[in-house]
Amino acid sequence: MPVYSDKVMEHFMHPRNVGEIETPDGVGEVGNPICGDMMTFYIKVKDNRLADVKYKTFGCGAAIAVSSMVSEMAMGKTLDEALKITPRTVADELEGLPQNKFHCSNLGAQALHKAIQDYRGKKKGGK
Amino acid sequence: MRKVYLDNAAATPLLPEVREAMLPYLGEVFGNPSSLHDWGDKAREAVESARIQVAQLIGANPEEIIFTGSGTESNNLAIKGLALAQPGKGKHIVVSAIEHFSVLHSVQTLGKWGFEMTLVPVDKYGVVDPQAVRKSLRKDTILVSMMHANGEVGSIEPLAEISKITKERNIPFHTDAVATAGTIPLDVSELGVDSLSLAGNQFYGPKGVGALWVRKGVRIMPFLEGGVQEGGRRAGTENVPAIVGLGKAAELARVNMPARMKQLIPLRDRLLTELPAKIDHVVVTGHLKQRLPGHASFCIEFIEGEAMLMLLNSQGVAVSSGSACTSRALKASHVLIAMGIPHALAQGSILFTLGLDNSARDIDYVLEVMPPIVDRLRQMSPLYAKFIKTGKGGK
Repeated sequence: MPVYSDKVMEHFMHPRNVGEIETPDGVGEVGNPICGDMMTFYIKVKDNRLADVKYKTFGCGAAIAVSSMVSEMAMGKTLDEALKITPRTVADELEGLPQNKFHCSNLGAQALHKAIQDYRGKKKGGK
Repeated sequence: MRKVYLDNAAATPLLPEVREAMLPYLGEVFGNPSSLHDWGDKAREAVESARIQVAQLIGANPEEIIFTGSGTESNNLAIKGLALAQPGKGKHIVVSAIEHFSVLHSVQTLGKWGFEMTLVPVDKYGVVDPQAVRKSLRKDTILVSMMHANGEVGSIEPLAEISKITKERNIPFHTDAVATAGTIPLDVSELGVDSLSLAGNQFYGPKGVGALWVRKGVRIMPFLEGGVQEGGRRAGTENVPAIVGLGKAAELARVNMPARMKQLIPLRDRLLTELPAKIDHVVVTGHLKQRLPGHASFCIEFIEGEAMLMLLNSQGVAVSSGSACTSRALKASHVLIAMGIPHALAQGSILFTLGLDNSARDIDYVLEVMPPIVDRLRQMSPLYAKFIKTGKGGK
């Protein structure tokens, strides 16, 4: 029996939106190589919506699939809508994650939220 | 798509001769070796022939062989059985930092009963310094356990030198030889050990069967009690077909070992030299010369092992990895960490273990599919992006 769902495998084999944004409006980095996974999310914001979402990920198959799924779920959403993406909703969209991977590899939502906070912090600071 | 199995450290295919030898014992020869009639006699003869075959593989006497259910069981029986058979002698056990968990966890469990453990460090090649073993010995040391070779990095340990020290001090010396028995020449007298574990699935025998050799005169406490199978040292009706398979596999390993090594070593050496030549920022793990014949292990910088494993699998290539993400416990390999490899680099662990089915064309194929996989994951890796921008983070 395979460890990962078909959906996880599909996103792992064909990850969407991989890369960096040259002049991002917000950046969020979570994880570290000691615990195994590390993700950096980059966002571009237009009219309070996520006009572009990209990421770089160091980690296992689950970490890569999670990043891809988060980018797809967040794209085009308002910032408040994007903040409603959680590890649970990401795992559900991926048709489940192995139990031991749920916490350590499921950092995408957190990295996205950090990028949004980074954007809002910069905006408050008067750019 | 080409299929290339390079995970022989996990399981080797069953040789047809071994399967043939086992078949009668899955069929008409079903008797219990403990029974006194003709049916029992046939089964008992088969078990005793296998005992001779296994003993000959390691230069031992047949009556010193205890059949078990796995290498793990053999190690559990050796560590707990040798420690508990010496009451009042002391409570100190010395093991290397890179032992298999079946050894390490057994010693940790003994810790609950008052035993103390000293872990002997290894150098950056994963090799134990015999003098470090000497220094770790105490007056109350009752057991030393060092693996013969590490299955994760392939390094072969200087057991003969270590056993000179344990003999001087008259301390029982166990070795986990699961990675070496049936793979490289091995003689228990030359190694100077007092007990040794081996497992059938490492040399083209069946899974779920192993053996523990214990030198005559060395006391061991059984932990499976009941009947007097295996001289009372491991009760329970024998797994006759598996034991027969282990025996046949041992015989074939002994006879064919030089030819097997001659086949595997050049393939291994090609991987060890050509993979780092084709891909930048690749580190060979383990000792380059004192090394298992079919074993090539690396850490690939800036990427993670499980992702590599999955992409290689999608290309028909089976490997394993010691990365944290690959382990069920999600912990970095204690072997790589003990060798001083940083966590991030240890995450890029990848292990190719070759077997008799492999050919030079398999190696060509791996060398062809591997670079684009590494490149693809690096293009995705924030660690690689940082390295490219700053030049920092490279090993």
